[in-house]
Amino acid sequence: MTCVVDRFCPEVGESTVRVLRAFGADVRFREAQTCCGQPAFNSGYWSEAKPLARSLLKLYSDSEQVVVPSGSCASMIRVFYEELFHEDPEDLAAARALAPRVLELSEYLAEVVESRPAAPAPDSDGTVRVTYHEACHLRRELGAVTQARSLLAALPGVDLVEMDQAEVCCGFGGTFAVKYADISGAMLRDKVERIEGSGADVVTACDASCLMHIAGGLEKAGVPVRAMHLAQVLDEHMADLPAVDLARSRE
Amino acid sequence: MRPRTREFRRGAAAAIDDEKIQRSLLGLYEGFHKSRQTAAAGTEDWEALRERARQVKTHTIANLDRYLEMFEARVTEMGGIVRFAADAEAANRYVLDLARSRGVRTVVKSKSMVSEEMGLNEVLAGAGIESVETDLGEYVIQLAGEAPFHIVAPAIHKDRHDVSELFHRELGTERARDIGELGLQTRRQLREKFLIADMGVTGANFMVAETGTLVLVTNEGNGRMSTSMPRIHVALAGMERVVPTLEDMGMFLRLLIRSATGQRISSYVTLVNGLRRETDEDGPEEFHIVIVDNGRSRMLADPELREALNCIRCGACLNACPVYRKVGGHSYGYVYPGPIGAIVTPMLTDLGDAKDLPYASSLCGACREACPVKINIPRMLLTLRRDLAEGSEVSGRRKGSVMERAAFAAWRRLFASNRLLGLGLRMGRLMQAPLVRRGSIGWLPAPLSGWTRHRTLRPLPARSFRDRWNSGLGRGR
Repeated sequence: MTCVVDRFCPEVGESTVRVLRAFGADVRFREAQTCCGQPAFNSGYWSEAKPLARSLLKLYSDSEQVVVPSGSCASMIRVFYEELFHEDPEDLAAARALAPRVLELSEYLAEVVESRPAAPAPDSDGTVRVTYHEACHLRRELGAVTQARSLLAALPGVDLVEMDQAEVCCGFGGTFAVKYADISGAMLRDKVERIEGSGADVVTACDASCLMHIAGGLEKAGVPVRAMHLAQVLDEHMADLPAVDLARSRE
Repeated sequence: MRPRTREFRRGAAAAIDDEKIQRSLLGLYEGFHKSRQTAAAGTEDWEALRERARQVKTHTIANLDRYLEMFEARVTEMGGIVRFAADAEAANRYVLDLARSRGVRTVVKSKSMVSEEMGLNEVLAGAGIESVETDLGEYVIQLAGEAPFHIVAPAIHKDRHDVSELFHRELGTERARDIGELGLQTRRQLREKFLIADMGVTGANFMVAETGTLVLVTNEGNGRMSTSMPRIHVALAGMERVVPTLEDMGMFLRLLIRSATGQRISSYVTLVNGLRRETDEDGPEEFHIVIVDNGRSRMLADPELREALNCIRCGACLNACPVYRKVGGHSYGYVYPGPIGAIVTPMLTDLGDAKDLPYASSLCGACREACPVKINIPRMLLTLRRDLAEGSEVSGRRKGSVMERAAFAAWRRLFASNRLLGLGLRMGRLMQAPLVRRGSIGWLPAPLSGWTRHRTLRPLPARSFRDRWNSGLGRGR
């Protein structure tokens, strides 16, 4: 569970747990966990990021599969620990051992879905129009472009509508959003315009922090579109999926 | 060019407020960026080509001395003169001495980013020598007294009305009705300069080591005119412009042109092999090539930042960058803007002065995705941030701001302990209470005021995920 979800957006965490269970996973939560260290790493304070990264590596060294409801935090662990520890051989070995077992939520779920009979063809007269924003690290560090879209398209109650420039950064970027607030805000205004232009009722993505920023921009601009994490959209609409599919466990 | 990198924030704010600049920047996505994607999608084995190019570049930069010597030997055999210049000043001195000793009064220049580093036009003008830019965009910004806004399209921030007004003011021409007329006006001005120029100065897109060939890519033919009409040709090249073979050059041309403009080939690709031969109809009597270091050795010496020398200056990362598409080229305060500029500029100028450049990025990675030679720009931005924050033995930089260091040390202590973090958030909830209006926070004091200037903030929740997990969620199935 990312620290942002744990402490700031707990409802995303709840949905994540319910969705994972519905897909048949045995979910554990390690209470000792804190933060992956990304804010310090991205700000240049690698020596402050290292202790946090080390305790995360130790904490999850024996877990079978680590599923993270954030493309950015998953990238930090899977991709950037390699960079952070490039001069520390022991930690680097631990990071490399964990990396293959780390998946972002949509990556994990898509893998589960793929391993079972094809989902029923989506009903085209869905009720909620959902547009998908591609969080940057999920797309460009993890290379996951199709997973979330496939999951959304499989929900009968959901109409997936594409916005223009879905792959363009929303302007969040961690401390960037505060340190260069006006540049970040200008990027956000563009994103809000494209979300509004898509005609969607809901904007979804796989990162709670980007969504917190997008939701704040939508509210500031008075645009009545809900920002929901993919886990929340799935949680809300999964009941529409045939029960037999949901009951299948990941064997 | 004197760097103005310390003024990044002011420049960025001005650009964001300038509707005209925002309109031209918006066009970059639909224009150059989309054209590049279409061109890439229409090229067989594009990804394999990028990977091969990355390998060739990395190999060349690792063996730079060898390939530069090879290039020098070939050019010398053909009667050309190769000069290595340690910095901008040495390069300027060479060109100026040459111009003076040959009685040069007028210079025609085709596009060269290195000449912008050198500030060559000003140096020549100071010595009473007229130096005229002949690339249309460069001509426009020279008249306007500005720096390039974009690596490939230096005057992309000006529309035809601006240019018409500029020509009217500076050249006394009638206000043009359309772009065609502006083109004709430029042509009339430049044709005369080409005819009287004693020296042509060009840049270098590539230097081919095995053949001593200089390669120029243009869409206006001004490069070819500059290399063939005046009696002296001087080419200026950053030392990383060398490629091993003609075949390699062909591969880089495909990548460069598609990535820059989305064209399959530019209107002109000029290959220059030394000076005019007896059988040639035209060409210069003298050919000089000045290979410029000007800080590049510093990049070469740093294994974590060396990859920036792989850049072929196509500008694709600028067009792909959502930050560049807001703040524009001038805010970066030097010759090279955008994502690659955020690495190259601090390295060529001063990292401390340019500290905003590596930080003013959301690290979205669109630059790396667009780069034809797959330069990992976000990784190098992170490296520069680390050097700024924690100091660097390689560059001899000392640690950054004491306040910020203390803040991150405190942050780490807080986030390393769930107990402390829980306490901190409990305090936060008490403090936020008077700020919450209808379920959201619309104003926060500094240093968080930047957030609420552009967005509202959801209040801290009463119960964290871990609270919910422990009170039932964790026991569910």
